[in-house]
Amino acid sequence: MEFLQYLSPSTQFVLFSALKIFAVFGVVMTAVAYAVLVERKVSAWIQNRVGPNRTAPFFINYLPVIGPFLVRLGIFQPMADGLKFLLKEDFTPNYVRKVYFWIAPAITVIPALMTVAVIPFGSTLGTEKMVIADLNVGILYTFGIVSLGVYGIVLAGYGSNSKYPFLGSIRSSAQMISYEIPMGMSVIPIFLVAGSLNLGDIIRYQAEHGWMILKQPVAFVIFLIAAFAETNRLPFDLPESESELVGGYHTEYSSMKLALFFLGEYANMIASSAMMVTLFCGGWTLPFVTALSTPSSSILIGLLHIGVFFAKMALFMILFIWVRWMLPRFRYDQLMDIGWRRFIPAALINIVVTALVVAFLHD
Amino acid sequence: MSTKVVARAPLTFYERTYLPTILSGLKVTAKHFTDTVFRGKTVTMEYPEERWVVPEGYRGAPYLVKDQEGAIKCVSCQLCEFVCPPKAIRITPPGADGAPADRTNAEKMPKEFEINMLRCIFCGMCQEVCPEEAIFLQKDYSLTGESRAEMIFDKAKLLKLGGTHGGVQKWKHKLEGAKAQEVFPV
Repeated sequence: MEFLQYLSPSTQFVLFSALKIFAVFGVVMTAVAYAVLVERKVSAWIQNRVGPNRTAPFFINYLPVIGPFLVRLGIFQPMADGLKFLLKEDFTPNYVRKVYFWIAPAITVIPALMTVAVIPFGSTLGTEKMVIADLNVGILYTFGIVSLGVYGIVLAGYGSNSKYPFLGSIRSSAQMISYEIPMGMSVIPIFLVAGSLNLGDIIRYQAEHGWMILKQPVAFVIFLIAAFAETNRLPFDLPESESELVGGYHTEYSSMKLALFFLGEYANMIASSAMMVTLFCGGWTLPFVTALSTPSSSILIGLLHIGVFFAKMALFMILFIWVRWMLPRFRYDQLMDIGWRRFIPAALINIVVTALVVAFLHD
Repeated sequence: MSTKVVARAPLTFYERTYLPTILSGLKVTAKHFTDTVFRGKTVTMEYPEERWVVPEGYRGAPYLVKDQEGAIKCVSCQLCEFVCPPKAIRITPPGADGAPADRTNAEKMPKEFEINMLRCIFCGMCQEVCPEEAIFLQKDYSLTGESRAEMIFDKAKLLKLGGTHGGVQKWKHKLEGAKAQEVFPV
């Protein structure tokens, strides 16, 4: 690591940023692949099924006991699925609006991956902060980027030039725009309490004063439910609603373009899980353990922090998957009713009450 | 035609928060999850390793059978070939100077007996029509092959798969009867 000293600070910054981007990108992609597997497995278990348990690469025969167990868990399924998506025929129906049809999957994926940039997924590793972009307006950036995600779905529905995708995209535009408002308003009290928009500062505040989920339970519930709606997960999967709209906005897509939509959906789930961990559940810190709640220069502790963050995130991912089998899909008017007439007033009241409490009790 | 108005109690505040629904959903899914993961209660039958018990009287693939003395029962009468609705059976009779039957007193046996398992509809008419009880629908339900030619089962294969199926041994009794006639003075 000698050569690092001879580099200028800006070169070092570019180098480390590039490294972090590649690492995070790799981790998120792997997490997406395995989230699909976890989804299939957990769904199977909830429905008293077995789930994927056959995919076995050739070298599995050389692993005596652990090999069959891994095959039974379906550990190799994501690789086979990925390969399948790459090798399938990429079919473009001839009645689609080509430009929008081609651009829509990209527009879905890119914002989903960009939101991960501001999330502090660990304290420090050596001297390097474990966040790609330590923005002072982190949360504003996130909401700005997340709201771009709706364009992908709308363009997919419009570009497909077919009735089911069109209905799906109409529903999604209404749904995602409606739920961005309560989602954005639900986090305002957190910044009132913490006094900063920087996500790193919020984690530091939580390490000192306890998790936000205890101080702002109403905000958490609203954010959680709005996150379900924003990521188009059941019980709010109206844009997709397989039983009504065939496949929703991605009915006409196949091969890697379809895979990109799934990738976007799961990357969104990961991003919103990460956001919930950061905002409400203390990020990479654990209470009652001093070594785990303060930044440390030790590499081992740094890695442990990252591990804590990913463990918390995994719990939220499992919640996302679990809820899918807990509740039936909401009707369209019920969805709008909850968004506009329940959550927005609740979030507003929460903001006012928090502001009053902060103003009168903290001075 | 009168309509009956069902009185529906308005939802209470607690019910309108969706909480009871969420909790009951949580309970049901958690129960099924633990049942599957910790008690191994799955509804899945993992097919090639686990197989279902084929019930008696199941109409699987038709095979030729031998009698308890290992002789071919079929006498090449071609009734099954005639009755077969999808024309899956093809019998080549031995002809005038063909090989004789391999059991005494039976006139002939088929030179070749083929069943195209791709055509067969497992209706059981061949079994029903057979005067010799030589063909039976057995319990095989998953027939696979790598080519169409492979799915045409010939006489040797059908006999091998069919096994033995004892019966009244009509021809043996007739032979014994005939012999007895010769011995007993009338």
